[in-house]
Amino acid sequence: MSKAAELAALIANVNNGSSLANKNFIINGAMNVAQRGTSATGVGSTNSYPTVDRFKVSGFGSTAGRLTMEQVADGPSGFANCTKLTCTTADTSIGAGEGLTISQDLEGQDLQQLKKGTSDAVPITVSFWVKGNASATYTCELRDADNSRFNSQAFSVTTSWNRIELTFAGDTTGALDDDTSSSLQLFIWLHAGSTYTGGTHTSNAWHTTANQRVVDSQTSFCDSTSRTFFITGVQMEIGKATPFEHEPFETTLAKCQRYFCRTYTYGVATGTATVLGAVVTQAEASTVYSGSGTWRYPAEMRAAPTITAYSTQNADTTGKTTADGTDGTATIYGIGAQSAFICRHNDSSGVVANAFLKAHATASAEL
Amino acid sequence: MDIKEAQYVKELKSDEIGSIRIVVGDIISHVPTDPANTDYAEIMKQVKAGTLTIKDAD
Repeated sequence: MSKAAELAALIANVNNGSSLANKNFIINGAMNVAQRGTSATGVGSTNSYPTVDRFKVSGFGSTAGRLTMEQVADGPSGFANCTKLTCTTADTSIGAGEGLTISQDLEGQDLQQLKKGTSDAVPITVSFWVKGNASATYTCELRDADNSRFNSQAFSVTTSWNRIELTFAGDTTGALDDDTSSSLQLFIWLHAGSTYTGGTHTSNAWHTTANQRVVDSQTSFCDSTSRTFFITGVQMEIGKATPFEHEPFETTLAKCQRYFCRTYTYGVATGTATVLGAVVTQAEASTVYSGSGTWRYPAEMRAAPTITAYSTQNADTTGKTTADGTDGTATIYGIGAQSAFICRHNDSSGVVANAFLKAHATASAEL
Repeated sequence: MDIKEAQYVKELKSDEIGSIRIVVGDIISHVPTDPANTDYAEIMKQVKAGTLTIKDAD
């Protein structure tokens, strides 16, 4: 795209309701933030957020396909990182209900400017960089989770990085709820059974028919353990495609922490035996409860999060707090969207007067 | 989510239920009883389907 065309697209998008900054609805599209870790194996048996923040991998319909998900330093020009998926267990017998997707869910309150469900509904463009081990065709889909409506298009992968730009028509049916729940989902379909492929697919048309969700020419990522899929620079914006909006690491991290955060220092694996960053307090003697203190999250979370506490002295030990060399049972009280109280019951396992109680924790309020 | 155990937890010095302590694999977590929490929604879905029973609080 020429610079003149880029400028024209940008102006047109702003006139349609986009903005010059924060135009990208996708969080962590450059794949730079990976609080949970940079590599996960055996992915695909269920829904999970294995590595890079905000990107969910879902395996369903009992697919046997499994993959490794990694954040790797291999991106197209201007991108330090990408997400790499590698098929580790093939699934060449595709059951009807099977599917494998990488996706991101978006809150309805952040999408009202799409004017979906009105006569003024605006088009949306999804763009991203992709490559693979061989030529393949996959499906990019927008799913309106509030009204169970779908719109999808095919895209091609080669062995070189290519930027895909797909514009989806505005949808005049089905308004998105103005709340903190998932309203719109961006799906990349990597594997699908006839429940999703059985109908005749129509590109870029909003519909409600499950078996028309995935394109007719869909490749199965699980057809061979030689399959790889690389993706980065994911952007979803109003109007036409414009250059990817890069942002500082700390800006992306703060956005991600609305959905997932930890007490550990960034880059230190969850479950590591360390005191650094832990929630610490000093116990009083002769009390029924000895708290490990209130953990105030680094950002207001989307909802009250699921909390997992970790010992600071025994690696990969959950449900525990540590005091003077021993672990005791951790119970979490007062879980809110801003803070939680990590408490250790005085369970006669070593808490003495003035002992320091320490705990690490993760908090998840993912969609 | 393959939940092996689930038990309600009362808030400190209160009869109010604040969370559900769950065991998934070897991970122990506390899920708040907030309908907007997707783990709580999944737990309630499994309870409704009859595949999960939540123990009463101690």
